[in-house]
Amino acid sequence: MLRESAKSREPFVRMVKRDRIGTKKAIGIRITAVILSLVVSGVVIVKITGQNPLEVYEGIVSGAIGTDRRVWVTVREIMVLLLISVGLIPAFKMKFWNIGAEGQILVGGLVAAAIMIYAGDRLPSWLIIVLMFVGSGLAGLIWGMIPAIFKAIYNTNETLFTLMLNYVAMQLVTFCIVFWEKPVGSNTVGVINSSSGKGWFPELFGNSQLLNILVVSAVTIGMFIYMKYSKQGYEIAVVGESEDTANYAGINVKKVIIRTVMISGAICGIAGAIIVGGCSHTISTSTAGGRGFTAIIVTWMSKFNPFVMILVSAFLVFMQQGSVQIASQFGLNQNASDIITGILLFFLIGCEFFVTYKVEFRRRNRG
Amino acid sequence: MKRKILSILLGFAMVAALLSGCGGSKDADSEASGTNGKKDASKIKVGVIYVGDENEGYTAAHMDGIKQMAAEYGLSAEQIIEKTCIKEDESCYDAAVDLADQGCNIIFGNSFGHEDHLIRAAKEFTDVEFCHATGYQAASSGLSNMHNYFDNIFEARYVSGVVAGMKLQEMIDNGTITKDKARIGYVGAFPYAEVVSGYTAFYLGVKSIVDSATMEVRYTNSWADSSLEGETATALIADGCILISQHADTTGAPSVCETKGIPVVGYNVDMASVAPKTALTSPTNNWGVYYKYAIGCILDGTKMDADWCKGYAEDAVGITKLGTACAKGTQEKVDEAIKAIKDGSLHVFDTSKFTVGGKTMNTWKNKAGVEYIKDGYFHESEGISAPAFELRIDGITEK
Repeated sequence: MLRESAKSREPFVRMVKRDRIGTKKAIGIRITAVILSLVVSGVVIVKITGQNPLEVYEGIVSGAIGTDRRVWVTVREIMVLLLISVGLIPAFKMKFWNIGAEGQILVGGLVAAAIMIYAGDRLPSWLIIVLMFVGSGLAGLIWGMIPAIFKAIYNTNETLFTLMLNYVAMQLVTFCIVFWEKPVGSNTVGVINSSSGKGWFPELFGNSQLLNILVVSAVTIGMFIYMKYSKQGYEIAVVGESEDTANYAGINVKKVIIRTVMISGAICGIAGAIIVGGCSHTISTSTAGGRGFTAIIVTWMSKFNPFVMILVSAFLVFMQQGSVQIASQFGLNQNASDIITGILLFFLIGCEFFVTYKVEFRRRNRG
Repeated sequence: MKRKILSILLGFAMVAALLSGCGGSKDADSEASGTNGKKDASKIKVGVIYVGDENEGYTAAHMDGIKQMAAEYGLSAEQIIEKTCIKEDESCYDAAVDLADQGCNIIFGNSFGHEDHLIRAAKEFTDVEFCHATGYQAASSGLSNMHNYFDNIFEARYVSGVVAGMKLQEMIDNGTITKDKARIGYVGAFPYAEVVSGYTAFYLGVKSIVDSATMEVRYTNSWADSSLEGETATALIADGCILISQHADTTGAPSVCETKGIPVVGYNVDMASVAPKTALTSPTNNWGVYYKYAIGCILDGTKMDADWCKGYAEDAVGITKLGTACAKGTQEKVDEAIKAIKDGSLHVFDTSKFTVGGKTMNTWKNKAGVEYIKDGYFHESEGISAPAFELRIDGITEK
C-alpha cells in the first residue's frame, strides 16, 4: 500500500516548466520538429502512394522550385503570407487578438478591384496602382479600426468581433460581384482589365514579382524598426504586458489600441491589393484563401520576429507548393497539400511545448 | 542578440537561395509544338485542369472523356498530366503555365471561371493549344490557340424533358394529379445562359407531352453544394412541385427526392445509385467525343475549331438508362425525339412552341449583334459554342 501511494505521488513522466532555455537547445528542438514533420508527412504520402520516399521529396522540391516559374510562384506566395504576418505583429504584441486578417485582406482586395474596374479606362496604370495601395490600405485600416474602437471604449471582445467582420467582408464581396460579374449571373468577375492590363503590377527589370518583393521588404523592415526602436512600438509592448502599468506610465491606452489595430489592418489591406493587383487580377470570396489564418500561426511561431517570419512562411509555402506537385504527379487529390500542411503545423506548434516545458522521467534509483 | 543576427542571416540566405534558383533551369520545350505537321502519338503531352475531382459528377464525366481519348490513341499515363480541384482564380493560370512548362502540347480547362485565366496563359504560350469547356471568348479573343468547346446538352435536356413529361402524363392519367397541378421544380446553379438554356430545353421537352405543365426554378448559386441542392429541392416540393430536375453537379436533390418519393431527373451521372425508386434518367455529356477530336487535330496537324459544339448527331450528348419509375411507352417517345433531333425535323428552341411575355419571338441578338432566331427557331450554340439562350419564357417562374 505504502509503495503504491509513493508511486502515485511521483508519476512516470512529469512536465516541468523551464526557467530558461539555451538558444542552441531551443533551435535544436525546433529543427528536430521540422525533421520529424518531414519524416511523418513523407511516411503518410508513401503509405498512400506506395512510392519511394526520396521520389516524394524530390517531387516536393521540384514542385516548389523546379522551374523558374515555380520559384516565382513560391516567392509570390511567401511574400503575401509574410506581409500579412508582419501586419499582425503590432496587434498581437499588444495582445489584441486580431483574427480578422482574412476580412481585412478581403476589403483591401475589394477596394483594389473596384479601383481597377472603375478607373481602368480613365487613369494611367501607375496612378491606379498607387491608388490601389492607398485605397486598400485605408479599407483595411477602417476594417481594423471598427473593432478597435469598440474594444477601447466598451471593452468588447475583439476575437469575436474581428471574426464576425470576416463574414461581413465576404458578404460585401458577394454583393459587389453582383455588379461586376461577367457575364451576368455567372457569379465570377473574371480577370479584370485583361486586355489593357491596367492596375496590374508591372514588371520591374523584367521581373513580375519585384514590385511585390520591394513593397513587402519595405514593410517588413519598417515594422521591425517601428516595433524595436520607436516610442509607439514601446507603448504597444507596455499595453500588451499590462494596461494598468501603461495607464500608470501615462500612456493613453485607448489611443494606442486604436492606432495599433489601424496599422495592423492597413497592412493586411495592402496585402489584399498585392493579391488582386500582383497575382490574381480578380476578386472573389476566396481571394484571401485562408492566408489570414495561416498568418496567425506564422506570427506566433516566429515570436514576432519579422526575419524569422521569412523562414517560417517560406517553409510553409515551400511545402504547400511542393505538395501541389506531388498531388498531380502521384494522382492524389489536391487535398493532399492540406494534409501535409496540417502535419507540419502540428509538429511546429507542438515543439513550442517542449521549448517551454521539459519532460522529466521518474528517477529509478530514488527511495 | 546572437540569435537575432543568426535569424537575420538565415532569412537573407533563404531569399538569396530562392533568387539564385531562378538563374538555373530554363525549360526549352519549344520544339515540341506548332500547329502544322503531323505528330507522333507517343511524343505529345496533354494537360488537364479540373475544377473538381472524381467525386463530383461533372468532372468525373470529363475524366471519363480523357480516358476514352487516351485509350483511342494509346497515350500512356505519363503523357497526361491532370490537375484536380483547381479554383477559378490565379491558381488556374499557375496550373496552366506550369503544364505548358512541362511541355504539354494541349491544355484543357473544364470550368466556366477558368476561361480568363486560360486566355492569359494562351497569350504567353502561343504554340500551345488551350481548350476551354463552356466558355464563350475564344473566337473574340483573337488568339488562334484558344478554343471553346461544349456540347448540345440542351438536346439531351429536351429528351430528358420528354421522359419527365411522360411521367407527368402517367400521373394525370392515373388521377394522382389534375392537369393544372403538373408543376415541375428545377434546381439551378447560376442565373445565366448555360442554366437558362438548359432548363428551357427541359421544360419544352416536358411541354411536348404535357402542354399544361409549369415550372419553378430556384438557384443555389453554386455548382456543387450537396446540402444546399437538397434543401432547394425540399423547398420546391413544399411549394407544390411534383417532379424535380436539376442543373447542378451533386446528388443532393435526387437523394431528397428518393426519401419523399418524388420522381427526379438528374444530371451528368445515372442517379439510380442514390434514387433507385424515383430516378427517371439524367442528361449526360460525352466529352470523350471532343477530346478525341482535339487530340486528333494535334496529331494530324489540322487546325482546331475555335468553337466546337456537337449534339446527338455525333453522340456527344445522351441520357442515361431509363429508371424503373419511368412511365410505359417512354422509350418509344425518347427514340422518336432523338431521331427527330438527328434528322433536323425537330428543333428544340422552335419559336412556335414558346412565348415570351405572351408574344412569339422572331428576333433576338446577342451583345455582339449576332441574330440567333432564323428559320423559325433559336440557333443555340451554332456559332459560339457556349449557350446563349437566356430568354425567360412563359410558364417558367424563377425564385
